[in-house]
Amino acid sequence: MNLWNRLMCYSRRRSPWLFHMNSGSCNGCDIELIASLTPRYDAEQLGVRLEGSPRHADILCITGPVTHNAVKAIQTVYGQVCGPKAVVAIGSCPATTNVFIDSRTLDGPLNRHIPVDVFVPGCPPRPDAIILGIAKAAEILSERASKKLPLDPPAEPVCMCGHSSDCTTECAAKTEDREVLL
Amino acid sequence: MNLTTALARLLIFPGLLFAVPFAWFFLWVERKAVALMQGRIGPPFMQPFFDFIKLLGKTTPPRNGIGGLLMKAWPLIAVSAAAGAVGLLPVLPTSGGFEGDLILLLALLELPSMCIIAAGFSSRSIFGEIGSAREAVLSVSYNVVFLLAIVSIAASQHTFRLEALAQLPATPLRWLGILAILVCLPAKLHINPFSLPNAEQEIYSGPMTEYAGPELAMWELSHGLEWVAATGLIATLAAPHLTIWWLAALVFVAISFGVVLLLSVLAAATARLAIDTTVRFYWQCTLIFAVLAVSSALFMRFRS
Repeated sequence: MNLWNRLMCYSRRRSPWLFHMNSGSCNGCDIELIASLTPRYDAEQLGVRLEGSPRHADILCITGPVTHNAVKAIQTVYGQVCGPKAVVAIGSCPATTNVFIDSRTLDGPLNRHIPVDVFVPGCPPRPDAIILGIAKAAEILSERASKKLPLDPPAEPVCMCGHSSDCTTECAAKTEDREVLL
Repeated sequence: MNLTTALARLLIFPGLLFAVPFAWFFLWVERKAVALMQGRIGPPFMQPFFDFIKLLGKTTPPRNGIGGLLMKAWPLIAVSAAAGAVGLLPVLPTSGGFEGDLILLLALLELPSMCIIAAGFSSRSIFGEIGSAREAVLSVSYNVVFLLAIVSIAASQHTFRLEALAQLPATPLRWLGILAILVCLPAKLHINPFSLPNAEQEIYSGPMTEYAGPELAMWELSHGLEWVAATGLIATLAAPHLTIWWLAALVFVAISFGVVLLLSVLAAATARLAIDTTVRFYWQCTLIFAVLAVSSALFMRFRS
């Protein structure tokens, strides 16, 4: 790998810009995402910046169980984020639709509509867990640059519980899993 | 004036080679100062550089036709104008080089803001258009004061040439002019309390909403270069005339840094004003002082 590519990988890891999107969330996870940028957790130390426009973002942070209304918006916004990009699903809702499971107003979980890279389970997850998930997504972005993988995210998601990658739904459903995470 | 010194000024000091790292440095100082004021640790030192490199590696959405071409052109024009403005500053005592005057510097300083207005409208985004309209209103408000301040400085010292202005000793009237320029800088640099055009939480990213990848990197760079040029203008006017070149460069950097720190602290300590309050502030409160400065400068000129 030449010097320019190495610099690019390093920069991608050090500068994740987020776009936050709510797909019918109860606002619990949204508050926690904002909390991770406040003085107590200060995610800006990792270069994280919450951007106003999806065009500027590298990482799409989605909360909520994906309502029928939100599906089209999610697909539009996912298309508006320029590659290379990663998707972080924050909370148990986008992973499993959580307590709203089988609701007739929902079209979840999220990975039925767009490929998800990192799941951060919890109802809501702690800001530390969200920051960990964002850092993991930034690493995925950097790997994607180094291996010259296609710019779209892989179908295989990573669960932030530290178990194997196929435990996503099972793990995310347990809201008491926060200790496992950290 | 010879070609070598002119090129050296434009490309090395205080031109591109100096200005680009300092643009990143000033962007970092701004973010770090805001973070420290909020009780955070803030971004690492190299953060604006990482952001720039990362943005260069991103893809841009396909844009066709003349509109797409214009959208690509605006950030490049803005960067070259801002870099040209920095290169024009007479930092070194006997640099020779290209002798531009104050009017050219003002035009180059104004060009990035014109580009932002045009960029917002050519992006066809509703948020971009609102941002551009705000930028236009803001520009009409602060520029009156800004230009009057410059005119008063030039009239009181009988010259529009930058080189001559930098060599003349500062008079009380010039300090008044510098103060007026300082009042206009937050609006020129789009920071709080006048961060109306790129008001996050209100209109997404304003004129930049549709920009991505390398184009956005160029906008970030032009913003940084605007910081260097605008604070450099203050430093040139305020610095005492020194004959030792490294001391002159050091004083220039120190004053610029001080101004950046002052503006960042102001940005962290204030909230965004509404557009009508901003316009009223510039047209009602500061315009009186600017008119006073200009009239006293002209009066002094006729008496002498």
